[in-house]
Amino acid sequence: MTTSECTLHEDIALRPKRLEDLASRPLCLSGKGVTKIFGTGAKQTVAVDHVDFEFHEGELVSIVGESGSGKTTLSKMLLGLLNVTSGEIYYQGKPRDISTRHKKREYWKGIQAIFQDPFSSFNVFNKIDTVLLDCINMCGGRHLPKEKKIEMMTEACCFVNLKFAELTNKYPFELSGGQMQRLMIARVFLLKPKILLADEPTSMIDACSRATILDMLLHLRDEIGMTILFITHDIGLSYYISDSVYIMEHGKFVEHGTADEVILAPKAAYTKRLISDVPKIYEPWDLTTV
Amino acid sequence: MSKNILEVRGLTTKYVTRFHEDVYAVDHVSLSIEEGKSLGIAGESGCGKSTLALSLMGYYFAPLHYMSGDIVVDGKNISNMDPDDVRKTVLGTEIAYIPQAAMNALNPTRRIRKFVEDVILAHDPKADRKQIYEMAKARFAELGLPADVLDRHPVELSGGMKQRTVIAISTILKPKVLIADEPSSALDVTSQKMVIKMLRDLMDKGYIRAMIFITHELPLLYNVTDDIMVMYAGQIVEKGNAKDMVFNPIHPYSHGLMRSIIVPEEGTRNHKLSAIPGTPPNLKKPPQGCRFADRCKYVVPQCRYNALPMIEAGEGRAYRCGHSVQHLREEYQNDDE
Repeated sequence: MTTSECTLHEDIALRPKRLEDLASRPLCLSGKGVTKIFGTGAKQTVAVDHVDFEFHEGELVSIVGESGSGKTTLSKMLLGLLNVTSGEIYYQGKPRDISTRHKKREYWKGIQAIFQDPFSSFNVFNKIDTVLLDCINMCGGRHLPKEKKIEMMTEACCFVNLKFAELTNKYPFELSGGQMQRLMIARVFLLKPKILLADEPTSMIDACSRATILDMLLHLRDEIGMTILFITHDIGLSYYISDSVYIMEHGKFVEHGTADEVILAPKAAYTKRLISDVPKIYEPWDLTTV
Repeated sequence: MSKNILEVRGLTTKYVTRFHEDVYAVDHVSLSIEEGKSLGIAGESGCGKSTLALSLMGYYFAPLHYMSGDIVVDGKNISNMDPDDVRKTVLGTEIAYIPQAAMNALNPTRRIRKFVEDVILAHDPKADRKQIYEMAKARFAELGLPADVLDRHPVELSGGMKQRTVIAISTILKPKVLIADEPSSALDVTSQKMVIKMLRDLMDKGYIRAMIFITHELPLLYNVTDDIMVMYAGQIVEKGNAKDMVFNPIHPYSHGLMRSIIVPEEGTRNHKLSAIPGTPPNLKKPPQGCRFADRCKYVVPQCRYNALPMIEAGEGRAYRCGHSVQHLREEYQNDDE
């Protein structure tokens, strides 16, 4: 993998063919009427309101919404960190069952996450070796020889352009934000879940390092066939990287479709407003419609 | 051509660490802004944008120290002034500064009108509170803020409303230059648009005469500012008008930065997104030659040995690189093919 250029340029040219293939692939994660309500009675808040979705294997889906739209609440329900108030989530075509601790752990072998703030994603007491070894152990590699484990950790670091030999005995907080985020992706490379939920993974990363992170996510999708759920408020980013886009407002999906359909030809009034509120460089940015 | 409302010549400031090491975070920076114009400053985290903003106010707190250079605001040299004189005669009236996350610094126990009173009474202790209130009401209304904001506590306001309130308070004394450091980065796109509109209104209505806008969001700079300056490792590496900087950058770092722009427009479909590998140099011991050499695709041996000045490239553009403009353009074209 190149260190300075990403493959997004070629990827966009191949997008129409890939979208055709995706529609025929099995569903990885789907939901019907998924709802989350906090509180009771008159003071209740409907954070997620009867949403339906279908995510195929190997698909990169963006869920776009402003602060308070419910996307983080939805992502926590998909991760099994929050209970669903009503509705059903299906994992690989069957109703998801995370009713016991054991079943939840089994589910988490199939779905992992990287979050917005790399600085608070790591246990400050664990060195980088421990972080990566934990992943190997979770995948049943506890009894592998030491040399094999080092080989696996080196390969994972190489995937994210880090040198494992330089990271041993270091703590994650000794790395930069971008390096820490890449370390999170190295974990995912070792764990190889079916689904990766990336919650604003680049919003705290500089623009010039962002392409590296995005490129790595695309490689996870293309080389390992991972389904990537990309949660973001950045509609430009979602257009660039996604196969399909869901737009969320006040807990509901107001529009969804391919990235071209939703971003270049939006139908919902909210989507149109969201796109018009983003500063452009090829068209004038109309500030009168505030 | 309008006169320069702000001129900075060879400004150098440093941080002194607790181990008594010098970090030259702003290194011989020179810039100027004409009256009625705005300047955007772009660069990655740690390049010195916020330190430059702090340095421009002429108000230094340890560990930040002034070393050399001139800061001239509307003909008045404010560099190396006594801090008390700066506070009384410069801050708020000549230069106003809105730091990052300013909206989180509002005292939650006080009403907004009290913050306005604080600013005005600090410069005019005899000012009448009723007159201050009436003036603030009129100003807030002109800037699109509801009048009842003045009687509210910060916790009652949304993020976007708080930030707009902070901007209104900071400019209540009509400073000549406003420095806004990431004024909209913590806001959603709709609130961001309101903040940008307010800044534009402040310029159009003459409440500020020039603006420096610092952000890492390049599409925002393109839409908000007249000129853009790119900083790297404490130095300016390129400056020019916004359109040229975004669509025709010269310096390899600027080129990499502009290639990382993503917007929801069809024009980006053919855009080759790029990343800049590596990290900036350690400013405790900055390299002798070009500070970008270790990360530059076009580096040659002499880049590492020669200290590079800014080179004028015509039409208000300047860049800091050993290669000619033509050579760099050819390299960029080869990369695209």
